[in-house]
Amino acid sequence: MTNTTYTVIFYLFAAITVFSAVFVVFSRNVIYSAFSLLFTFFGVAALYVFLSADFIAVTQIIVYVGGILVLLLFGVMFTNKIMMTDLKTDVLNLVPGLVLLVAITGGLIYTFLTRSEWFTTVEQLQGSVVERIGFETMSRYVLPFEMVSILLLLALIGAAFLARFDNSAKSNEK
Amino acid sequence: MDVLFTIGLDHYLVISAILFGLGLFAILTRKNAIVVLMGVELILNAANINLLAFSKYNGGMEGVMFSLFVIVLAAAEAAIALAIVINIYKTFNTVDVSSIDSLKE
Repeated sequence: MTNTTYTVIFYLFAAITVFSAVFVVFSRNVIYSAFSLLFTFFGVAALYVFLSADFIAVTQIIVYVGGILVLLLFGVMFTNKIMMTDLKTDVLNLVPGLVLLVAITGGLIYTFLTRSEWFTTVEQLQGSVVERIGFETMSRYVLPFEMVSILLLLALIGAAFLARFDNSAKSNEK
Repeated sequence: MDVLFTIGLDHYLVISAILFGLGLFAILTRKNAIVVLMGVELILNAANINLLAFSKYNGGMEGVMFSLFVIVLAAAEAAIALAIVINIYKTFNTVDVSSIDSLKE
């Protein structure tokens, strides 16, 4: 792959990511936002491949698109009456939000590009990263790995407990 | 012009800054709780791009491992938050975060 095609493909995925994220934020319809978020997640996963983190890209697609996005869509469909087409959402604090959006994004980009001298080494990550993730998980990061798995288990049990259909409250009322 | 055509660390940082700003905008201005959650996901993705970019251009594995943990925490956060939103909807019959102002029914 020549350098030019690499650059063109990078800019293509960057444009997909940024413009679909803009559509997520500025669309008034929640369903449109959710489906636009799909393209954002895929674009970010493609950027992860550019960063030679292929395992993270696949994890992003499985967890975000297959899990979180489906959860969000379920949330949209549970909490809106589809038949009434009441899917529009209002916007408040529009002007302060826009000012903050421009100020924070511009400030961050200015700081990143001009005020910082990042220490980048010659040895970049190259090729597939899967094998090294396996070694790191089972050596240096074994304690965080176990802790995060317990946390995920607790969170999922808690979520199922919170969202369950409450039979006892109904029977108490009768 | 050479800066534009050779992809480096700065390109990823700019994309993540834009995603962060958009996520913050969604959290601040939208009334629907689900869209606020989407803003949180955008911010987490921006953080992940930063971690992986620094990891690539530094040659270490720290950013890759942390981005994996961030994805796990994002999954836990989304599950809990959706459960809370569904409970709010059962109680108040709306998910408009600006009209929910009491802790009891």
